[in-house]
Amino acid sequence: MNRSRELLPWDRALQPPAFTPGYKTSVLRSPRQALLSLHNSLSEVTGPVFGPDDLGPLDNDLILNHAQTGEPIGERIIVHGRVLDENARPVPHTLVEFWQANAGGRYRHKKDTYIAPIDPNFGGCGRCLTDENGSYFFRTVKPGPYPWRNHINSWRPAHIHFSVFGSGFVQRLVTQMYFEGDPLIPICPIVQTIPDKDAIDRLIAPLDLNASIPMDMLAYQFDIVLRGSRSTPFENRLEGN
Amino acid sequence: MPQTLDALKQTAAQTAGPFVHIGLAPRAAGFDIFEKNFSPVLVDERTEGERITIEGRVFDGAGTPIRDVLVEIWQANAAGRYAHPADRQAKDLDPHFRGWGRAAADFETGLWRFETIKPGSCIGRQGRPMAPHVNVWFVARGINIGLNTRMYFEDEAEANAADPVLNLIETPARRKTLLARRETRGTETVYLFDIRVQGEDETVFLDV
Ligand SMILES: [Fe+3]
Repeated sequence: MNRSRELLPWDRALQPPAFTPGYKTSVLRSPRQALLSLHNSLSEVTGPVFGPDDLGPLDNDLILNHAQTGEPIGERIIVHGRVLDENARPVPHTLVEFWQANAGGRYRHKKDTYIAPIDPNFGGCGRCLTDENGSYFFRTVKPGPYPWRNHINSWRPAHIHFSVFGSGFVQRLVTQMYFEGDPLIPICPIVQTIPDKDAIDRLIAPLDLNASIPMDMLAYQFDIVLRGSRSTPFENRLEGN
Repeated sequence: MPQTLDALKQTAAQTAGPFVHIGLAPRAAGFDIFEKNFSPVLVDERTEGERITIEGRVFDGAGTPIRDVLVEIWQANAAGRYAHPADRQAKDLDPHFRGWGRAAADFETGLWRFETIKPGSCIGRQGRPMAPHVNVWFVARGINIGLNTRMYFEDEAEANAADPVLNLIETPARRKTLLARRETRGTETVYLFDIRVQGEDETVFLDV
């Protein structure tokens, strides 16, 4: 039990490359040299461990965690799903963080200057730990699309940003979740940095009517798959002895 | 048709975007929401080990600091052990050291800094010790998938010369991009570690 296992590599056929000129900011922010490929050592297969003490009671409730005078404006939704690895094993007790614009597409950030108003009752961020089955959920309002300066008239589809840890530091994943049926998805340069159509589809959360709460809120399901570990029965001993 | 392997496909990464601070460092975004916040300070007064500051900037291909970058570090404790169940080296854990921290760069200068301890050496593959190092990961607008590198200490010349990872880098000039420069400021020991994403002196990034 617990013998350290190497992680499967990034699947570069479906991960976005660093240099994607359609997304202009990547041009100067992408390495030109080849990355150095490294067999895993303890430095890669270990990673920070988080627990309930790191969180507060409202951290996964974006409807209440910044409510000042009332609740935020917008479509009330639940987002839920599981964090799994490529071996289809749940990733339990891992930290999931999320952030988003408000219903009008405005971020509560001192660098966001979009004309849509700040919602006084909406912060736009939250976090939780997955349970023993790798499940997570949070309440929020559906974010709005917003314009950005890539080409003239470029708009981001509605999205929620996600950050996930996993067990080893190199499983660290930052991604974005989109909503089923959004016509802005196929024309977004950031979405299109992903070279694989199915990989894009897996970032689109379907409406999940079964998980919705009647007369209260709709639900969307978003599962996240982190890199798995090499499943060879003859395991490498990363400690080396 | 052969049997199918029941493996799942990994989720694709997307950029953290310019507003990553809202989610991961809300105080940097300009508001206070969580009771408890993650921070660039990895130590408290009880942590064992030599206190050090690590600071640096991340530069783009035009030599401009990436001022919206968010940096995380992961490191072993002073004895050279990671606070994680997969590390079963016969060394003491430090209950006052998780080994992980997160820093947002200053929006004006692009400077980020961590307060931590110097890690000990831990064992690598085939039993070869690795020189003391800090694992570094960062994301920003324009970075489609987080970049990983390692920071080594320039004053560990002997251990660095034997390090299995540094020795994979063929060009000595590129090896130097992973060495942090030591500086003393009064009583403070500072390691300066600038990262260059692209261009001349491009930092060695790791496919790990
Ligand atoms: Fe966004």
